[in-house]
Amino acid sequence: MASMEEDGSVEEKDNNNKKRTKSAIAVAWLTFYNIAMTAGWLVLAMAMMRFYLQKATHKGLYKSIARILKFFQTVALVEVGHCAIGIVRTSVIVTGVQVCSRIFMVWFITNSIKQIQNEESVILFLVVWTLTEITRYSFYTFNLLNHLPYFIKWARYNMFIIMYPLGVAGELLTIYAALPFVRKTGMLSMRLPNKYNISFDYYYFLIIVMLSYIPLFPQLFFHMLRQRRKVLLGEIIVEKDE
Amino acid sequence: MIERREGWEGNDRANEGERDLFPQLKPGVEILDAKTKDKLCFLDKVRPLHKYYPQWYAARQSIRLDPKGKSLKDEDVLQHLPVGTTATFYFRDLGAQISWVTVFLTEYGGPLLLYLMFYFRVPFIYAPKYDFTTSKHWVVHLACMCHSFHYLKRLLETLFVHRFSHGTMPLRNIFKNCTYYWGFAAWMAYYINHPLYTPPTIYGEQQVRIALIIFLFCQVGNFSIHIALRNLRPPGSKTRKIPYPTKNPFTWIFLLVSCPNYTYELGSWFGFTLMTQCLPVAFFTAVGFIQMTVWAKGKHRSYLKEFRDYPPLRSPILPFVL
Repeated sequence: MASMEEDGSVEEKDNNNKKRTKSAIAVAWLTFYNIAMTAGWLVLAMAMMRFYLQKATHKGLYKSIARILKFFQTVALVEVGHCAIGIVRTSVIVTGVQVCSRIFMVWFITNSIKQIQNEESVILFLVVWTLTEITRYSFYTFNLLNHLPYFIKWARYNMFIIMYPLGVAGELLTIYAALPFVRKTGMLSMRLPNKYNISFDYYYFLIIVMLSYIPLFPQLFFHMLRQRRKVLLGEIIVEKDE
Repeated sequence: MIERREGWEGNDRANEGERDLFPQLKPGVEILDAKTKDKLCFLDKVRPLHKYYPQWYAARQSIRLDPKGKSLKDEDVLQHLPVGTTATFYFRDLGAQISWVTVFLTEYGGPLLLYLMFYFRVPFIYAPKYDFTTSKHWVVHLACMCHSFHYLKRLLETLFVHRFSHGTMPLRNIFKNCTYYWGFAAWMAYYINHPLYTPPTIYGEQQVRIALIIFLFCQVGNFSIHIALRNLRPPGSKTRKIPYPTKNPFTWIFLLVSCPNYTYELGSWFGFTLMTQCLPVAFFTAVGFIQMTVWAKGKHRSYLKEFRDYPPLRSPILPFVL
């Protein structure tokens, strides 16, 4: 679910309605952060386009942008901090899961398993992530500056309908492609006997991760659909009792 | 809860069945849905809410004076509530309920049985050549006895010691709780009873001995606290009092801690971790510690709110620390 976005923005809107004033420093920092991240993912997008236009192939594309990707995706960890200290009104857990799943894909799949770096599915989720993040961070930026162009709001709450399924497909196909290599090398795995009396099989772990998309993806997708109805269509949705 | 009318003036006649109590004033109780504010029913005769809506039995009803407020308690008396001639209450459906005792018995019975299945190496868990064999390490037998004793103690306490404030909890809790307890029990038991299990290596037998002492000490301590808490509350009552140390030395920890039952529980699992030197057990202890700290802090806060004279030296779960 790395390509899913969290819905921090709607809560930030409610935030404004409730007149809770953020400190000036917080607003300044967040504005800077979101502009920087928008720029970073734009740079990534342009690097990808340039590579493809010059080389006319996707082979080697991942390698060429790996550094930028790792940097900007890892920096996103601070968003968990934003939620924890309260300057962004989103649940820490939702953001944490979101960012961790991205970190997982980048560091524990594509970075560690070199043989799958030229798979088409990698390009698929990279494109999805790039488009999603540029939209999301510019949405936050304009929101903070109180000048949100409608087309950005439109993009944020409509693109996901295509982007989510495509992103999930890219991620799942990539993990699936990585399985044989994980099995062969036995990477990140620990067997008995050992003095901690625990074992871990990365291969089966990945299979469980893939299966977990089945319950999780619909939940996140329908959540975004509900947010879309609220924000874009102005529907009043009475939340079910928890 | 609307069924209880103790103290209300019309009470004598209320129990005789459907009668208008004050025909000239038309008082009564109207029940509105807390979310939609629809009028669910108007009770001017004595008919419990669930006669109108049979699927909402008493345990599922949350009745409150304010839609976003706290639920009224079973003991609350209509006459003493700040309402007018027609009382307006807001109703919320708490969802399907299940009794606390049922949940506890299920969530504790699972680990007891599951662990034993792993201990006796029932088929399909380990390689077939190990079926129904026993471990050659004495610490494995000891661990089985400790684990089984722990859950047996919990089951017996649920049946004979604990006095529950609430009769029921939401039904979905049983799935959540059982997944937690059963899942962790199976995970731990798999490794401890595995043919390739490695007994404690750091300090060997000495480590196991100390661990056993810690475990037993904390089991007795935990039990002492449960007894002390039970004795605070006479049978059938729901009074709330500050717990204090008793003659039993294991309860003297009340001087420093609000929820020593959790402190002792943490100690028991710490002992078990030391005894088995098994990382899954360490994880279980850590997760349990986090959850119990959350509960202890909540309980500590509500003690402070409810009792002006609450002893200031006490911490929620760890003396002076947490």
